Amino acid sequence: MPRTIIEKLWDSHVVHEQPGSPALLYIDLHLVHEVTSPQAFQGLRERGRKVRRPDLTIATIDHSIPTSDRSLPIVDEIAAKQVAQLEKNCAEFGVRLYGVHSDRQGIVHVIGPELGLTQPGMTVVCGDSHTATHGAFGALAFGIGTSEIEHVLATQCLLQRKSKTFQVQVEGTLRNGVSAKDIILALLARIGIGGGTESVLEYTGSAIRVLSMEERMTVCNMSIEGGARAGLVAPDDTTLQYLSGRPYAPQGADWDAAVSRWRQLPSDPGAAYDRTVTIDADALEPMITFGTNPGMGMAIGAAVPEPSQLSDLVQRDALAQALEYMGLEAGKPLLGRSVNVVFVGSCTNSRISDLRTAAGVLKGRKVSPKVRMLVVPGSQEVKRQAIAEGLPEIFRAAGAEWREPGCSMCIAMNGDSVPTGEYSVSTSNRNFEGRQGKGARTFLASPLTAAASAVTGVVTDVRTLL
Amino acid sequence: MSFQNLESRLVPMQRNNIDTDQIIPARFLKTISKEGLGQNLFCDWRYNAQGNPNPDFILNQPAAQGAQVLLAGDNFGCGSSREHAPWALLQFGFRAVISTSFADIFKANSLKNGLLPVIVPPDVHAELFAAVAKDPNVTVQIDLPKQTLTTPGGRNVVFPVDAFSKHCLLEGVDEMGYTLQHEPAIAAFEARRVGSINTLA
Repeated sequence: MPRTIIEKLWDSHVVHEQPGSPALLYIDLHLVHEVTSPQAFQGLRERGRKVRRPDLTIATIDHSIPTSDRSLPIVDEIAAKQVAQLEKNCAEFGVRLYGVHSDRQGIVHVIGPELGLTQPGMTVVCGDSHTATHGAFGALAFGIGTSEIEHVLATQCLLQRKSKTFQVQVEGTLRNGVSAKDIILALLARIGIGGGTESVLEYTGSAIRVLSMEERMTVCNMSIEGGARAGLVAPDDTTLQYLSGRPYAPQGADWDAAVSRWRQLPSDPGAAYDRTVTIDADALEPMITFGTNPGMGMAIGAAVPEPSQLSDLVQRDALAQALEYMGLEAGKPLLGRSVNVVFVGSCTNSRISDLRTAAGVLKGRKVSPKVRMLVVPGSQEVKRQAIAEGLPEIFRAAGAEWREPGCSMCIAMNGDSVPTGEYSVSTSNRNFEGRQGKGARTFLASPLTAAASAVTGVVTDVRTLL
Repeated sequence: MSFQNLESRLVPMQRNNIDTDQIIPARFLKTISKEGLGQNLFCDWRYNAQGNPNPDFILNQPAAQGAQVLLAGDNFGCGSSREHAPWALLQFGFRAVISTSFADIFKANSLKNGLLPVIVPPDVHAELFAAVAKDPNVTVQIDLPKQTLTTPGGRNVVFPVDAFSKHCLLEGVDEMGYTLQHEPAIAAFEARRVGSINTLA
């Protein structure tokens, strides 16, 4: 029977299965960071257990650390303690840590791929819901909680139930000014924040095939915002070209053997999905969110929807509450609304191509004096590459802040935050109430839209600047 | 923590898509402990800018005190994977959440900590909200062995729980014991794996 890549990944990792119990699934790569792991290591310690496969485990520090001068100690004592705890845990349990001062430090979902750790055919987990990012390589990658982190550390396995298969077919050609971020924001606007629950998404179609690996990561990254367990893209030549020569990628004969295995992964012709949604790439516009979840998005030129148009009372209330929090008037466009903060960064959009895109808009222009703009590279490697290309000079000349790598203002737990009541255009992944700081109001958008809005000081359609 | 059955008042939060950033904001995730989270449950809705309890918020009202069941809108617990969300709910005193649907990671995290996600059909969901709106002191009964929810009106509604999670909840055991029993299968799987990475190399 023809199988999807999702089923192939599942079948090849089942260690044990018996009726009435979930399957025992083997994990090929476990990524660890400071926020969700301390209680898991403590659990191991209390039960006298070891990390079963430190060779399949890697740790970094990304959420809690400041993006200012790294030579200074961390001022926030609680954050400093959390960082120190991960250092202690990794030393005690023999886990490799790319720590605060490592030249490989970065956002966990940026460094996994750039080091070649994330490979096709793998199962990848991390105590972070944006683990779906790694699905861009044709891996089954999903976020887990702290109990599950402890479970993987101790056994290298997880108890899992098979997900439904959900094909997202994107056909056609993106127009100028429309990017990978707009594909995923359009999907979320279509299926809603719970539309992918219990599913793994496979992104297919001509518009996905032409995306670079970094663009595919942007798309897969936000699969969780539709409630999906994971999202992935079948590996192809683009995947192989990206991986070849990276530090942890196989080499020589091992590479050839790996490639022949990876070539078997794509879904078989005629494989059936539980659900399919088709998106017309030619018709996509730059997207922006107006509400308080990532599914509340629209084309940038559209008007904010009116609660009175919704028949479901709970949904009507939800939209009205969202607009009240956001301080927006129904029926009015977002274009031209003042912006206070612009954030380019996060595991969604902090890779070198994202920074090049933002710099392309900013070159020869100035950030509006009303706007604070932060550019936060995803990793030390991204930072080095940006420096080599002269990007920090462009950002600084425009009046933007060029920072050290980390999650920063996406989750606002490291001191980088949007003040209460202020508006940000952010390339990150969540616009929940308070996500970027208590009372912060977030418009999610692409790096192009973010940079354009930084220049004008208002929500802007980048196509007017291209 | 094991779960058998309970009778409790309901705390209604008729709002869809309550995300984990609302349940426990990220700034409280710098802790290295599981403790001390209950006081910050729904922090940004529960306290005003001065840090005082917001009297309009349901958790600050008399009927919520001592209640063990949260009645929430669709798709409860969406967003991040933070297990701090069920920890905070449990520390406040909740033992069950009733909704029409739950986000996957939140549901998994809850089941591992003895917080029972109770999925009910939309008509039962609406009936519960109506009953508690009429009288904040109405109670429901939740019987895990029978997998039934008894509404204030006396209806018995069966809710789904997979057999494995039910066993773990009733016995108060975690999944690790089950997995460790399968050590030979894990070792055999590892022996036939090919093309592994080595992060220690």
